[in-house]
Amino acid sequence: MIEFRDVTKRFPDGTLAVDDFSLVIPSRQITVLVGSSGSGKTTLMRMINRMVDATSGAVEIDGVNVSTIEPVKLRRSIGYVMQNSGLLPHRRVVDNIATVPILNGTPKAQARERALQLMDTVGLDRSLAERYPAQLSGGQQQRVGVARGLAMDPNILLMDEPFSAVDPIVRDELQQEVLRLQAELARTIVFVSHDIDEAFLLGDQVVVLERGGHIVQKGAPVDILANPATEFVATFIGADRGRRRLVVSDTARPESGDDRVLVDSGGYPVGLISARDGQLAIGSPTPKSRSVSNKTDQAGDA
Amino acid sequence: MILLQALAFILDGQNWVSGPRILYQLGVTLSISAISVLIVVVIATPIGIAIGHTGRGRGVAILLSNVTRALPTLGLLSILIVLIGVNATPVAIVLVLLGIPPMLAGVYAGIESVNRSTIDAARAMGMTEGQIIGRVEIPLAAPLIVGGLRATTLQIVATTTVASAFAFGGFGLYLIKGLNTADYVQMAAGAILVTALCLLIDGLLAVVQRLVAPRGVPRDGADSASPKPRARASRSRATATVSPLQEGMQS
Amino acid sequence: MNWGWIGSNAGLIGTRVLEHVGLSVPPIILGFLLSIPLGYAASRSKAARSVLLTLGNIAYTIPSLALLVLVPIIVGASILNPANVVIGLTVYAVALMVRASADAFSSVPRDVAGSATAVGFSPAQRFIAVELPLAGPVLLAGVRVVSVSTVSLVSVGALIGVDNLGSFFLDAFQRSFFTEAMVGIVAVLFVAAVFDVIITTVGRVLMPWNRRPSASRRTSRVLTA
Repeated sequence: MIEFRDVTKRFPDGTLAVDDFSLVIPSRQITVLVGSSGSGKTTLMRMINRMVDATSGAVEIDGVNVSTIEPVKLRRSIGYVMQNSGLLPHRRVVDNIATVPILNGTPKAQARERALQLMDTVGLDRSLAERYPAQLSGGQQQRVGVARGLAMDPNILLMDEPFSAVDPIVRDELQQEVLRLQAELARTIVFVSHDIDEAFLLGDQVVVLERGGHIVQKGAPVDILANPATEFVATFIGADRGRRRLVVSDTARPESGDDRVLVDSGGYPVGLISARDGQLAIGSPTPKSRSVSNKTDQAGDA
Repeated sequence: MILLQALAFILDGQNWVSGPRILYQLGVTLSISAISVLIVVVIATPIGIAIGHTGRGRGVAILLSNVTRALPTLGLLSILIVLIGVNATPVAIVLVLLGIPPMLAGVYAGIESVNRSTIDAARAMGMTEGQIIGRVEIPLAAPLIVGGLRATTLQIVATTTVASAFAFGGFGLYLIKGLNTADYVQMAAGAILVTALCLLIDGLLAVVQRLVAPRGVPRDGADSASPKPRARASRSRATATVSPLQEGMQS
Repeated sequence: MNWGWIGSNAGLIGTRVLEHVGLSVPPIILGFLLSIPLGYAASRSKAARSVLLTLGNIAYTIPSLALLVLVPIIVGASILNPANVVIGLTVYAVALMVRASADAFSSVPRDVAGSATAVGFSPAQRFIAVELPLAGPVLLAGVRVVSVSTVSLVSVGALIGVDNLGSFFLDAFQRSFFTEAMVGIVAVLFVAAVFDVIITTVGRVLMPWNRRPSASRRTSRVLTA
């Protein structure tokens, strides 16, 4: 568990990036900090591994104040994935992934072997191991970044807008990959995003931030969608307009007859809804969080 | 005509060991140059790394290089020789003074050219500042650092020619002697020798520069994949570093 | 310092300063003018760029004293002709300036140049009205470097018998006379500083849009880059 207690960050130039912020980030879940630029989301995340030190207040990991932990040691125990991957351009893929274990004294051969396994984990072909980052596509680079973040088998993984620079199709793929990995590995993931769709897709807990790190609303995606706390949130998530405000149209699907077409607020078709005998299906399963759904399903099966 | 005679002068093996003793003057030029380059490297490299890594002190370094660019070599030499006397010390002091700015600029521009997000990532994954410098910044900056060394070495070798005017040895001696005795063949030979030496050293260091370039990094800069505004500035700086602009004052 | 010497030689000092200025100005102006078409060509074609910059590098690698000696031998002039100094230093000025000029024209944003074409500028109009002004700040920085280094290099001309402020250095060495060397250095720095003020003033008048602090920062970066 990560806990922020009354954290404030004022940069030397006087900017108040974070103003009296408190939050509990539960273990083994994905928490997404979402907000526009200037909302302090990245600053907040960087306080966890002391890339930024709080001006006042405390950040605790399992009850230990991070300011008591030596930054280098702390950072090596926490995975970090960033936009543009931040890979070392002069090292091969496999060496990039093995960097931190080698810094920590793992024998080179062993670290490289582990790196190859991690390439499997994140869905990278081992034939790419000897390539340099510049020889990979953007999506592949991000996968390497994720593998590197996982190299020390950290309990905590920080992801700073990791997919914002890749094209939409690859982004979808990578997001699904994160969900698959999380189902398998169940880490505490803090994910920063400016994309509300991404936040709703990935987050068990979504924290909507406004300028200065003010929490406007936090909760499961379904709660935020069902009950936006303020006008700002409603606008931000697009609940009052566009493609989240859906209406059942008169049009039925000719072949099945039972399905009705859903349209968005502009009147454009977006999907179908079951309407057996003209009745809308109410009482379907409660919305679940995707990142934990596989796990609970499996647990149910067992 | 004179050029051909000058070439004959150079190609005459006798002239290398006796008479003008080309070999000896080559030795004088190379030894004072090597010592000066070594001193410059020892002084400028750590300072350049500190400036590049912390981003502080850049203004001072720029000021220093602009001032030394404006200082006439000949004037500096004459003042120091008047003060110290005709020996290797004032010459070495001038060579070092003029050699520091290009080396310093090469080192700090090299370190600065490393993509900020690469360094940020290195720090985030738990590298110490020393590891960031040693394993990320220096390898990625190596071509620009050697570029600085290249500019410095040329600057220093070229300046030894001018030092010959003050009764110090080296190839410049042929120029000065030739001028005084209207022996244009000897003058031309001296000019050709020192030019050839400079081109040779430049070529050798250009090869070294290519050899130290980190593999896997596209050649036009240490940061290919970064859309950040910084990348643009650093790339143009990176390409400019081997340029004469950075070499400062010629001698 | 022997202040008396300065007073009794004021006339000589003035003459040397004028000689120095006379030898410095032509290479600076010629270097600037010649580098514009060369730099523009280098910014347009990769092949031209690599050829021109390589030639510039090689020219710049030749030590100045050697160049000053080789120029008369190659062009067949008398060795004591002041034109040798002007030609030699022009070679350096072009070698230095061509890279600055190539960078200057490359720094003109493609889309700005492209949109000028799109709204109907002819290539010549586009060059005069768009590319040259936008390349101005980097060109200005280049000229400042060329000016400072040319003023300093002119003194080497004294070694081949062309009188200028550098002559004080040789005389000071022969007579072991500190004051004279000091006067020479201060005068060279003074000439360089005056030139720099003139060039930046001209730049400010011609490029009023460039009077921002950020622009001067960019300039200083190019100066050292």
